[in-house]
Amino acid sequence: MNREDLETAGVRLLRVGGLVFFTVLVAFPFYWMIVSSLKSLEEILLQPANLGLDFRRIDGRAYYEVLFEHGFAGYISNSVYVSVATVILAVSLATLGGYAVTRLRFRGRTVMSYGILVVYMFPAIVLVVPLYVVFSRMGLRDSIHVLILVYLAQTLPVALYMLRSYFQNLPVELEYAGLMDGCSRVGVIWRIVIPLSAPALASVALYTFMIAWNEFLFAFMFLDTPEKFTLSRGVVQLAESVHLSKQLVMAASVMVTVPILVLFLFFERQLVRGLTAGAMKG
Amino acid sequence: MTRGPSTFLAKEARLAFWLMVPTVTVVAAFVVFPVLWNLWLSLKPVTLGDLRGASLFRWNPTLDNFRRVLGDPEFLSVLTTTLLYTVGGSGLSVVLGLAAALLVHGSFPGRSLVRGLFLSPYIAPVVAVTFTWSFILDPQLGVVNALGVQSGVFTQPMAFFSQRWLDLPLGGGVRVRIPLALTSVILFEGWRYFPFAFLFVLARLQSIPEPLYRAASVDGAGPFQRFYHITLPQLASVLYTLFLFRFIWTINKFDDIFLLTRGQAGTKVMTIKVYEYAFGRFDIGAGCAAAMVLFVVLSLFLIAYFRWIVKEV
Repeated sequence: MNREDLETAGVRLLRVGGLVFFTVLVAFPFYWMIVSSLKSLEEILLQPANLGLDFRRIDGRAYYEVLFEHGFAGYISNSVYVSVATVILAVSLATLGGYAVTRLRFRGRTVMSYGILVVYMFPAIVLVVPLYVVFSRMGLRDSIHVLILVYLAQTLPVALYMLRSYFQNLPVELEYAGLMDGCSRVGVIWRIVIPLSAPALASVALYTFMIAWNEFLFAFMFLDTPEKFTLSRGVVQLAESVHLSKQLVMAASVMVTVPILVLFLFFERQLVRGLTAGAMKG
Repeated sequence: MTRGPSTFLAKEARLAFWLMVPTVTVVAAFVVFPVLWNLWLSLKPVTLGDLRGASLFRWNPTLDNFRRVLGDPEFLSVLTTTLLYTVGGSGLSVVLGLAAALLVHGSFPGRSLVRGLFLSPYIAPVVAVTFTWSFILDPQLGVVNALGVQSGVFTQPMAFFSQRWLDLPLGGGVRVRIPLALTSVILFEGWRYFPFAFLFVLARLQSIPEPLYRAASVDGAGPFQRFYHITLPQLASVLYTLFLFRFIWTINKFDDIFLLTRGQAGTKVMTIKVYEYAFGRFDIGAGCAAAMVLFVVLSLFLIAYFRWIVKEV
């Protein structure tokens, strides 16, 4: 065996070992989240070292308690509402704005297309204090709709930027043909640009949904009334109130994680494109 | 007919204006305005109690807030922690991302499944993964401590997120002291954000021209030499950029540390300090001033980065 063969064999070994190591490292927390959510409090207290799950003793009570006794049924619907509203608003506004900066001539167009990205260098913690002050003063802070507007502002710049780079590659001749045939600009956007941009719109929608669904800080700072809590806010509330009952916190964590991971599973390609195109804040 | 094109242009500009109005309004109201408002509040003596008074708008600038923030006995230690956390967290996530990308590059059965799995820490909600990590590393109920004590690796349970220092005997009477909670938080950062680097490094790896490797093989270079002399230089610029992005985001990060340790046990970074001033001590002015200081620290880093580090590449 010469050196080349030896090294190649070494690399193969390293590679298999590395893949196993990474897979365990990445998957274990998710595995543990699910397994613990199906155990009873007694099991968690008495056998913290038990890595497996006894199928005869699977206990779904944690989910029932979290959903109906700790208000998570309501948090789920709040989270869905906030995320879906953010997606609809962000996609429609970014389509309009993205179209304007790619196709229309106006003063300040370059400033708009890049300047809007600069805003996204500012951290959430810098924005949260002044916004807290203003909305407290106006008495609007504890509102799910203000939260939607905050998420919209967090996602719009990237959404617009992503759509802009996609629109630039659409054939402009089609739009001219539409204009010649008597379509208005808005008609062109609706009938030509939007149908051609379905993949990009899907990426933007998924990216926006993920940001809104996962967001913690603003929901934590703005919402006071439990009826208005989003899931992330609800999980923190739950973790603070049930110190020992880890199975409840894990069941709640599963509830907030599963929808986004399932969505990712089905639309991996679109979401990855969204992540890479806009890079992303996080 | 001479008015034709100009009215067309005017119409276009007017339409553009209406199309941009919603976006510009939202961004101005929720991003630009708060940044300016933050600057304004940092120059005023404001407490949480003043929120309803009229004094918010009075012109009475003062540097007291900045004096309080910079004169805080904790200031230097918070700054050091911030830099350690940011450099450690960004560096680790880029290194892990590089390693993961090298492992996944090439073809093997189940590759796309593994790729998807490797992205999941980045996609899962922050509250879910921080609570799971806290639970796994919990001193009483956590599986790591339970297994560690059972197998004799640990002599006693370790409070990963609430113990400031850990003395490690290295043998021969040498002991090292590591900041345990800070290290745990940095490891969490590496775990959660390596997918970001992974994604970009993987894309870059796929675009390295194959003939480069073949030529090197012909010249007798082994796999390690090929990595060192071809792959690494080809990746250098993407790695530097990824570190820059991660640095910016990590220094501005609040959620992760807040949820893992609340800034206790030697993990108090600038963003936590901002929160502590504003909502712990109800000193909004100092909170805003601390946020400005953070912004200045980040700007200094960016200047240094572009002056000295980028030039090297």
